[in-house]
Amino acid sequence: MSAFNAIGEDREIDRDEFTPEIEPQATWCPGCGDFGVLKALKQAMPEVGRTPEETLLVTGIGCSGKLSSYFRSYGFHSIHGRSLPVARAAKLANPGLEVIAAGGDGDGYGIGGNHFMHTARENHDMTYIVFDNEIFGLTKGQTSPTSPKGHKSKTQPHGSAKSPIRPLSLGLTSGASYIARTAAVNPNQAKEIIAEAMEHDGFAHIDFLTQCPTWNKDAKQYVPYIDIQDSDDYDFDIHDRREAAEMMYEAEDALYEGEVLTGRFYVDDDRPSYQQEKQATGDMPEEPLAERYFDDDYEWERSYDLLDRHR
Amino acid sequence: MTNDELIWRVAGGSGDGIDSTSQNFAKALMRSGLNVFTHRHYPSRIRGGHTYVEIRASDEEVKSRGDGYNFLLALGDSFARNPQEQAYYGNEEIKPLSENLDELREGGIIVYDSGLLDTDEVENFDERVEENDWHVYDLDLRGLAKEHGREVMRNTAGVGATAALLDLDLDPIEELMEDAMSGDVLEANLTILHDAYDGVKEDYEFTHDLRAPTGDHDEEPVFVSGSHGIAYGALDEGCRFIAGYPMTPWTDVYTIMTQNLGEFGGISEQVEDEIAAASLAIGASHAGAKAMSGSSGGGFALMSEPLGLAEMTETPIVLVESMRAGGSTGMPTKPEQGDLEHVLYTSQGDSNRVVFAPGDPAECYEQTRKAFELAYDYQIPAIVIYDQKLSGGHQTVPESVFDEEPNPDLGSIVTEEDLEDAAQEAGRFKRFMYDAESGANGVSPRSLPGQKGGNYLASGNEHNEVGHISEDPTNRVLQMERRMAKLDSIADELSENADHQAVYGPEDAEYGILSFGSTKGVAEEAVDRLNDEGHSVKAMNVSDIMPFAKDDVTAFLESVDEALVVEMNATAQFRRHIQGQLGRFGDKLYSLLKYDGNPFEPAEVVSGFEVRLGEEADVGDYNVRIESATGD
Repeated sequence: MSAFNAIGEDREIDRDEFTPEIEPQATWCPGCGDFGVLKALKQAMPEVGRTPEETLLVTGIGCSGKLSSYFRSYGFHSIHGRSLPVARAAKLANPGLEVIAAGGDGDGYGIGGNHFMHTARENHDMTYIVFDNEIFGLTKGQTSPTSPKGHKSKTQPHGSAKSPIRPLSLGLTSGASYIARTAAVNPNQAKEIIAEAMEHDGFAHIDFLTQCPTWNKDAKQYVPYIDIQDSDDYDFDIHDRREAAEMMYEAEDALYEGEVLTGRFYVDDDRPSYQQEKQATGDMPEEPLAERYFDDDYEWERSYDLLDRHR
Repeated sequence: MTNDELIWRVAGGSGDGIDSTSQNFAKALMRSGLNVFTHRHYPSRIRGGHTYVEIRASDEEVKSRGDGYNFLLALGDSFARNPQEQAYYGNEEIKPLSENLDELREGGIIVYDSGLLDTDEVENFDERVEENDWHVYDLDLRGLAKEHGREVMRNTAGVGATAALLDLDLDPIEELMEDAMSGDVLEANLTILHDAYDGVKEDYEFTHDLRAPTGDHDEEPVFVSGSHGIAYGALDEGCRFIAGYPMTPWTDVYTIMTQNLGEFGGISEQVEDEIAAASLAIGASHAGAKAMSGSSGGGFALMSEPLGLAEMTETPIVLVESMRAGGSTGMPTKPEQGDLEHVLYTSQGDSNRVVFAPGDPAECYEQTRKAFELAYDYQIPAIVIYDQKLSGGHQTVPESVFDEEPNPDLGSIVTEEDLEDAAQEAGRFKRFMYDAESGANGVSPRSLPGQKGGNYLASGNEHNEVGHISEDPTNRVLQMERRMAKLDSIADELSENADHQAVYGPEDAEYGILSFGSTKGVAEEAVDRLNDEGHSVKAMNVSDIMPFAKDDVTAFLESVDEALVVEMNATAQFRRHIQGQLGRFGDKLYSLLKYDGNPFEPAEVVSGFEVRLGEEADVGDYNVRIESATGD
């Protein structure tokens, strides 16, 4: 008998279930790419057959962090940059949950960059959506880790001297086992990629291009976009790490030349998830830890039984 | 002091097995019927550098290191770096002998390894020996070890010589060696032990009077550290998730937990930094596990923001903070109590947390259990603050302390059955109800992700009853007051627990000593001595730091003419906390402060007291400072 009967529930799921009654209409600026993420996520949920109450959406801080306010599920709006450590521990404590983490490019590649690297390295079975708008939005338009070199803002008045981070390459070298880039202006592809990411058994990283019409006017509606899987110009094997790395490098450069390359960049279906690795070494129970606290028959171990080593 | 206690100090170099040798010797003394207490002094280095462990053993209860010591076993330092006296660290080769003489009592015993140490290199050695009536036994311990085994086995030779000089039975020592070793290594060590023992008995004429005390335990003892107390308390509360990052001295608790969690079906995570560590504890607890994290000062600083998140989202977590001498990297392996204010107030906004400061391993166990119970009942972070001294110092504790039933209760949660009838609003469970049914204690029961009918939003932003972000002033005040009300309820609950603060000495005493945390034992020993000398003194060691034990401390201070607040930091943080919490008694409070990296000895507290009473002009050579609360 499970204490968590929303998990694994088999029923018809309507995407409207994911719309909360409070603020059903998100308060992002008109034309904001964040709407595209919300819509694609709501559409992907019924496709993968997960309900609001078996889903935990953990978000960071910023416009993107509001995603958990406008998406009905169990939500955790955490602190800036820390969605991943909160999310991955929840997954370890109750692996039956569908765990999604989301945040902006500053949140994920800047202040939370260390967590991104290590969560990818460990290959936790979860989906991480990074709203990449090449800017800090909610704090009013400062240069972010993905802003192009030379980007001018109130905090970089003479233009940024820094080259932007390479999000896809960073995901790959860190160990993510599913890496894709999509764009808010491409809702069908976005929905498909989110669904694939959720179904992937491992850490799935989506760099989601979300245009900021308020603070990043020079950019960038991310059109026209090219789906690299559909284009004849790009022929590479998404299962080959070297070829994927080259494709990523090219796509990252191309973005700043005005060419928006999207699609799946790398998929490794063979790598075991962190949970599987940890269970194999005997460092994680087979039954979800969270269930144990509801098991009246469980015989809890006692420290008293450890005292022989102290005599 | 007297001959009814042995304080054995084994000195050598880091990496030479001093710690394990001392652990086994202490256990052997315990098995012979004595109570023991250990104090470990070591540098922040892996190989080489002066280190010692002191073992105090007596038939009486021992709760502190002593004043000085009476038996030195000086071994060599295999990894000593600087043979020259002009070098920055001085002549490291001779330090096991030279560094330890100042604290050796008159009439004490010195055993040194003449294979590695030369007394000619110690300034005025012979004069000092004569002046202090020390009894010196030079033994080629290294030679003996090499003859039968390997050079590192000189530790065993030293233990054999110690046993011979003190008339100690070898049986418990042999038993412990048999537990720890096997095969040729065991054989060689046993031979060395006996050879050293017999050699000393045959070749030396004993000039000293000191012998090992004898005793009997009233209760079956175990030999544990404060870190064991904390870890075992957590395990017995059903904590099965820990996340951490290594840092001295917190690593002790982290390691003990990790080594047992696999067997106990739990999860231990070593993560990228302490921000992640605390955040993982929050995530695991949010999903329905009993979870903890911890660190020492610098790592705990990184936990500030997650700590505030736990307060705001009302996620139960237990954090432990093992203090070491600060600021910044400070002195990593030395104790201090300088993080009190840090732990109380770090993170933005009004702080809302429980803080306990246990004083010994038994209190570590009990208060860690209470910390978990309160954290999960009240959905609040609870912190156990302790220090390097309590972390690594071992002592004998009755095994009955740990003979307790487990309590895996998750506290104030709802079940799916509860959720069928639970209040909902706008399709979300009312997780943060203003007037929760659980009464006025401020706690609104939580659901767990995966439960049917329980979805809500947890947010570090201010939020309304279903968790949605809200900046409405009325809601803000209601939520703030509800969260803040928890501490009052906890204070009430704790006040029913009559003996949570450790009170010691005659009830009607004129003077008081106030302390917190690991200073408990040393304060109590000072009370005994001061009363023996004809003074009228009692002590209170405060554990309930937040919510503060206001009634207990008020009653204590009202009953005395004056109190000396003894703490290991430079700015009298605990005294200021008392004054801040009680708003008075400034004219009764004096501080005795020590911050040189070494824990107090009882004599320093006695001396501080005598200065306050006008019996002594100053504290002499002791590295302590007295100041008044009013500044005059």
